[in-house]
Amino acid sequence: MVITRKVEFSASHVCRNPGLSDQENLRIFGLAANPHGHGHNYVLEVSVEGQPDPITGMVLDLKELKEVLNREVVQPFDHRFLNREVPPFDRVIPTAENIARDIWQRLDPHLSGAGRKLQLVRLYETPDLYVDYLGE
Amino acid sequence: MFRVTRRYQFAASHRLHSPRLSEEENQRVYGKCAYPYGHGHNYRVEVSALGPADGVSGRAADPAVLDRLVAAQVLDPFDHRNLNLEIELFGQVVPTAENIGLEICRRLKQHWRTAFTGDWPKLEKVRIEETPRNIFEIRADEIE
Repeated sequence: MVITRKVEFSASHVCRNPGLSDQENLRIFGLAANPHGHGHNYVLEVSVEGQPDPITGMVLDLKELKEVLNREVVQPFDHRFLNREVPPFDRVIPTAENIARDIWQRLDPHLSGAGRKLQLVRLYETPDLYVDYLGE
Repeated sequence: MFRVTRRYQFAASHRLHSPRLSEEENQRVYGKCAYPYGHGHNYRVEVSALGPADGVSGRAADPAVLDRLVAAQVLDPFDHRNLNLEIELFGQVVPTAENIGLEICRRLKQHWRTAFTGDWPKLEKVRIEETPRNIFEIRADEIE
């Protein structure tokens, strides 16, 4: 069985590779390469797979999942400029893919184990564009 | 591994009516969808691409490349059209959401490698919502 919890955060970012020229960055990233940055209302869905506990009837207490998501993701990311304020995005390009993988790495130690497994991190950059990270 | 999904929409009209069925059978099978002048929907289409993140761009699929492919193969020909009359296939095949989804998936799969020239990303699936309540999903490996 899979349970999913959704949270939101708003943040700004720039997508550019410092090893490339301005022109190449513009070609690859388009408007997202603007060095001053721009922002999104990110929506994050985190799914955990497991079996309901025979006593509590829960795979994972959603209150606990909410606390983990707030502590590990919302607090460090919300209303921040990711490239400047949230490592590793001072050196890793904060594409939706890289943000999703970073979120997976932050959450996995807290959510996997005891018969449970982090199954999916889904990150909406806009309502019309989202990325699923499925693990390595 | 990443799945990158982009949502699109187009508005089109269609009529569900099979020449292989009698009038009575068409009415029974398709109901209101068989009314002679057709009707329309706001179709929503999700296209999912699967792949690893590229070392240079940090992305698994370039949304701009996907947008151009979907515009050329799906949105330009389908949007604000009468599918039965203006899409050749639907002159012969009933344009149910299943068949529209299959045709979209087929068109994208056929032209995928001219848009995405490397080994990755791969077209994984197409999901079509005919209304917010009726949803159809086709995996690219289900079709040729």
